[in-house]
Amino acid sequence: MKEDNCGTQNCGCGPMVTIPMENSACREPNQTCGGTADMDLNDEACCGPSNHTVSNPFEKPGYKILPYVKRFHHTDNGTYPVIYNDLKFKDKAGTVFTRFGYNRSHYKVSPGLYCSGAPDENSDVFVSANYKISFDHLRRSLKGLDAWILVIDTMGVNVWCAAGKKTFSTGEISTRIKNVGLDKIVKHRKIVVPQLGAPGVSAREVKKNTGFKVVWGPVYTKDIPKFVENKLKTDNDMRKVTFSMAERTVLVPVEVMLVMKISLIIILALFVISGFGPGIFGIDRMVDRGSLISLFFLSGIFAGAVVTPVFLPFLPGKPFALKGIFAALISTAPLVYFYHGKIAITGLIAMLLVAFAISSYLAMNFTGATPYTSPSGVEKEMRKAIPVQLTSVIIALFLWVFAAF
Amino acid sequence: MKKFRYLKNVATLKLDQEKCNGCGNCTRVCPHTVFKLENKKAEMIDFDACMECGACALNCPEEALTVTPGVGCAAYIIQTWTGKEVGACC
Repeated sequence: MKEDNCGTQNCGCGPMVTIPMENSACREPNQTCGGTADMDLNDEACCGPSNHTVSNPFEKPGYKILPYVKRFHHTDNGTYPVIYNDLKFKDKAGTVFTRFGYNRSHYKVSPGLYCSGAPDENSDVFVSANYKISFDHLRRSLKGLDAWILVIDTMGVNVWCAAGKKTFSTGEISTRIKNVGLDKIVKHRKIVVPQLGAPGVSAREVKKNTGFKVVWGPVYTKDIPKFVENKLKTDNDMRKVTFSMAERTVLVPVEVMLVMKISLIIILALFVISGFGPGIFGIDRMVDRGSLISLFFLSGIFAGAVVTPVFLPFLPGKPFALKGIFAALISTAPLVYFYHGKIAITGLIAMLLVAFAISSYLAMNFTGATPYTSPSGVEKEMRKAIPVQLTSVIIALFLWVFAAF
Repeated sequence: MKKFRYLKNVATLKLDQEKCNGCGNCTRVCPHTVFKLENKKAEMIDFDACMECGACALNCPEEALTVTPGVGCAAYIIQTWTGKEVGACC
């Protein structure tokens, strides 16, 4: 339905609150004009003499209208926020901060019912997690569509991870459907649930609990327009998960941020160990050798947390622990080229072992962020890799101290 | 996803074709096209693509599918080894 601030035509969402005002800027001259409670929050009043001192009609003491809310829809069953389908600077900045790990666990949307466009009792209902990035993806893909968005409480976690942890679940969807009174808001009895929610949602249980049939939506929200065009049917491609270089690269900042704290502690320990040598402990030696081994250690972090995710399919081997070693071979190559011959070979080997071990471990930990590694496989490779990684570190430290003498 | 292959023969996924009623739910929820419907029975056409998410088993009305689902990151698995009660990490 075309959006129009003029007139009181039915938006399909039940009766709207009409604020009678004179209108001088009506797009359709023959209509009786009246600003409606459906007008955009940011719109200047289209009607009457402008009066900027009037608060917007949706203000409530103690509440704040969020930047992604365009206006409110009034229906017989309640008032629902209509969201913007375009992302604003604030949304995009929020995504970037979250990708860097800032406030990541609290980047949430309040659970409940939202509107895209002007949905009515026949409009589709799309279920989303209350992770703001998930919600943003969905509202952007619903541009031009009149639909309901049912946001469920996943404690600010994305659909797939939440489904794995059973917070995106049969129980939560069922409760939320009842809480918002969805059976009174729409006439049909179906909800679109993202396919990646399936590890936590039993479609037949939801049906049994609520009477609503679960229609599995596409994996990626970008396919929603086509899915709607197909009369809510996914084709094979919409059901498949991908893991492109871009998808892998956005994961890098969080990987790096997550190891930052522990890395600083390890570097501190490396400095201390580097001080030992003839005459027990030397400050100069600590600084010189400490910086050197830290450089190799950081190169290992870079290999495990940056090179491995970005170049994943190009690194040889199936176990990630092995991929991590290859990544470290690449990342330490320039250092080896520069330092060989300048320091004792035992020292060089020690530093390389440190880099390989950390990279191998981080690569292995990256399995948790990929969409294709099975926990059984990860456990299998860990049982073999962790003893090797630990042994490397122990040998490395012995060699490193030994090399100082 | 075909270029991403993880370890072979490790998934805990099991299909009991006797029980399968051919509803096709597994083909609709699997993100890695592990299943195909052949003569009204589900078939595993790509077992090694299974990442044990558990979607198929949860949505199989006949309990013909079983899998041990879990979170596949190393830090989490180490925590389970040490026997601590832990939250997932991703």
